[in-house]
Amino acid sequence: MDTTVATTGKEGKLWGGGNEPLKASYGKMMMWFFIVSDALTFSGFLAAYGFSRFKFIDSWPIADEVFTHVPFFHGSYPMIYVAFMTFILIMSSVTMVLAVDAGHHMNKNKVTWYMFLTVIGGIIFIGSQAWEWNTFIKGEYGAVQTKGGNILQFGQYETVDGKETFKRVAIADFAKATNPDRVLHERKNGLWYVTEAPLPEFTIEEVLTGLKANPEVLVRTQMLTEEGHKTVLSREESLQQIAENGKLVVHGANLKVNEYGAPIFADFFFFITGFHGFHVFTGILLNIIVFFNVLLGTYERRGSYEMVEKVGLYWHFVDLVWVFVFTFFYLV
Amino acid sequence: MSAHADTHAHDDHGHHHKETFITKYIFSIDHKMIAKQYLITGTIMGIIGVLMSMMFRIQIAWPGEPNVLFEALLGKWAPDGVMDADVYLALVTIHGTIMVFFVLTAGLSGTFSNLLIPLQIGARDMASGFLNMVSYWLFFLSSVIMVSSLFVEAGPAAAGWTIYPPLSALPMAQGGSGLGMTLWLISMAIFIASSLLGSLNYVVTVLNLRTKGMSMTRLPLTIWAFFVTAIIGIVSFPVLFAAALLLIMDRSFGTSFFLSDIFIQGEVLHYQGGSPVLFEHLFWFLGHPEVYIVILPAMGIVSEIMAANSRKPIFGYRAMITSILAIAFLSTIVWGHHMFVSGMNPFLGSVFTFTTLLIAIPSAVKAFNWITTIWKGNIQMNPAMLFSIGFVSTFITGGLTGIILGDSALDINVHDTYFVIAHFHLVMGISAIYGMFAGIYHWYPKMFGRMMNKKLGFIHFWITAVSAYGVFFPMHFIGMAGLPRRYYTNSAFPLFDDLANVNVVITVFALIGGLAQIIYLYNFFVSIFYGEKATQNPWRSTTLEWTTPVKHIHGNWPGEIPHVHRWAYDYSKPGHDVDFVMQNVPLKEGEEELQH
Repeated sequence: MDTTVATTGKEGKLWGGGNEPLKASYGKMMMWFFIVSDALTFSGFLAAYGFSRFKFIDSWPIADEVFTHVPFFHGSYPMIYVAFMTFILIMSSVTMVLAVDAGHHMNKNKVTWYMFLTVIGGIIFIGSQAWEWNTFIKGEYGAVQTKGGNILQFGQYETVDGKETFKRVAIADFAKATNPDRVLHERKNGLWYVTEAPLPEFTIEEVLTGLKANPEVLVRTQMLTEEGHKTVLSREESLQQIAENGKLVVHGANLKVNEYGAPIFADFFFFITGFHGFHVFTGILLNIIVFFNVLLGTYERRGSYEMVEKVGLYWHFVDLVWVFVFTFFYLV
Repeated sequence: MSAHADTHAHDDHGHHHKETFITKYIFSIDHKMIAKQYLITGTIMGIIGVLMSMMFRIQIAWPGEPNVLFEALLGKWAPDGVMDADVYLALVTIHGTIMVFFVLTAGLSGTFSNLLIPLQIGARDMASGFLNMVSYWLFFLSSVIMVSSLFVEAGPAAAGWTIYPPLSALPMAQGGSGLGMTLWLISMAIFIASSLLGSLNYVVTVLNLRTKGMSMTRLPLTIWAFFVTAIIGIVSFPVLFAAALLLIMDRSFGTSFFLSDIFIQGEVLHYQGGSPVLFEHLFWFLGHPEVYIVILPAMGIVSEIMAANSRKPIFGYRAMITSILAIAFLSTIVWGHHMFVSGMNPFLGSVFTFTTLLIAIPSAVKAFNWITTIWKGNIQMNPAMLFSIGFVSTFITGGLTGIILGDSALDINVHDTYFVIAHFHLVMGISAIYGMFAGIYHWYPKMFGRMMNKKLGFIHFWITAVSAYGVFFPMHFIGMAGLPRRYYTNSAFPLFDDLANVNVVITVFALIGGLAQIIYLYNFFVSIFYGEKATQNPWRSTTLEWTTPVKHIHGNWPGEIPHVHRWAYDYSKPGHDVDFVMQNVPLKEGEEELQH
């Protein structure tokens, strides 16, 4: 065979074959292409979110009013907690970079330590997200859903620092349940194998009675004014709306109703953050596996920490997706 | 230079690796075996899909007439042998799903990408044999689930292969919207996972495992086609996955992504704020590129076979590559032409018309290049070549009506009529099937070490070709006359009475064409055992797969992997004794590589 002697005419050429033109092993490239694919899945979701949000462009819930809670603190701190979550996730990306770098230097102790920090960061993030979901599901002030499916919220004008502002009022603060004995059938107080859909705490009549008894409380619709605030109705309109259009008292958000506004807001919030959370969860599992492999010296023996790099790629991607999710759900 | 290909981990497989029946034939990680597994599974799915089409064609031709076949096959769904209307919808739905995804995506791309990529680029195997195996078995699982949905009490999914909500989103909407639809979605989710794993492997293998000298511009066009197909798959299937997940949420968890303001028997459902048009957008963002996932591998196969059987270099090699890339790019920005009547803004419609008509340019480049390739060639008539010529014929016929349908002003008149059916069956259905047949006849000796019977191949081709045109050509006319698709019967409309005879003609051709495939199946299965023994390079072809021994070994080449010294189309090159020079033959003294 003279094939070994004769030249192929492509020697030294980057794309000439027999080499890795993109300077990456097949495993690493597979991860890259997987990321492309996964990015398209998220793009599909976010495009769907944008499409649906555009339909409700004049009544979309204001994120600053929805995500205001911080654990152990009362009061309204819009965006503080999610900023913390985001910071933690981005820091976990930083520790991941450091782990990959330590892997290049074959420094087992450092890789172990940074992988550990990355896992911890991921766990804090996903725990925070669970808390965020919980708060969102529980809700805060409660609202009335109209027969047409819109949301009516309550509040009153107060003067703070010489400026008149509209402060939200919880339904429980002005309405009174006439039949307080009616308790929700839960696992802890009933038969453990039976669950019941959450009862509305108040009936429409009770809300209306409470509203009549508190002349300063007004109704706010989900429509946005030109200044970007929700429209506040006059006293007469408020009473009329509740009396004629009120259908159901809702508290919190789930896949069917949402006290903050359009149900589709909650649908997308739960689905997209949930899908992202699932990715984070998977990432944590992968990181833990890799962490133990580092501890056991698998990659030391293999002579390469490339596996750390591969899960690192995935982890950075998951972080990057969060930046988009964060932007579209919380910031804009 | 790194000697990656030579030191690759798969090297040792061929030499000291005891193979049991299970590792050789079932959980095989050898790409050649996986290709055969894809082919056999795809064939079985194809038989099911074709049988379904024959059944609903009988129904259209003779609506409401009892038929023993229906009684035997459909049982309680065909009381007294008369096909139930819901079953008709289920049949067209599952026929479309099976043919598009299971036969023409997995069966075509899965078979030939797996078989040819490592063999033609000079690699021992796929980059990851394990993932390749997982990919096949996920495909197998999804096929089993899809077929099992036929046996569900209320029937399989019946919302059309495009599964538009609300029919697909409300479990109570129709018989097939319940468990049948759930199984459809699960099957497709698994199918997408399978396709993703396969595509990752194809792309990475082509990038990293080409043998020395196999530059991108020396690759056979088959490899270019498979490579770009895999990239389109990686980009578009995840969007269908997104749509399927959102649909599952709507069906089972009460979200309103695709649903709004629905009343059922006077009751208002709680769904609020969603939009079925959103689903159409997500679906067709996959759906249109899917057409090219189906047709590009066939194009690659045909290019290869036409050059080999014309004994001429492929005409316009680089133009072929450029047009493949152009088609791939354009395919992602034309999905709106499926939605011209879904309430699309006319301006947006004209944008989609523009991008859609642009696709005519690379498609025409390819068509002209095929014709000029065989122009004045020393044409070898064998079944593979005939099917390749047939491919070009149906591709042009179907492509011309594509120009009409891509124009929003014209499309609105014939949208959802048989004109559309005729268009896409010719341009992607029949064409891709021809490409698949051509590939099977051509690479059969590589797969099974034996030749298929040539005479039976000719008979198979001519009956198929005549009946395919017999089926789909008249459909243009009944479509122009306004006959809508997916109707169980048209006898309720006096307007269409004149077309009833045409429908009978179509059905007769469909039955002949369907039954003619028995010849092919006989030829295929009998030749595995009794076919004439193949020589190493039966078609006197130039590509690397014909340098491997006839008997398969894991690792493909017994010794070193051959190096490549020239492009894939050195046919009838002046200065050589034979009319083909294989890619691994070094340039002679003073010989120059063809400037292609």
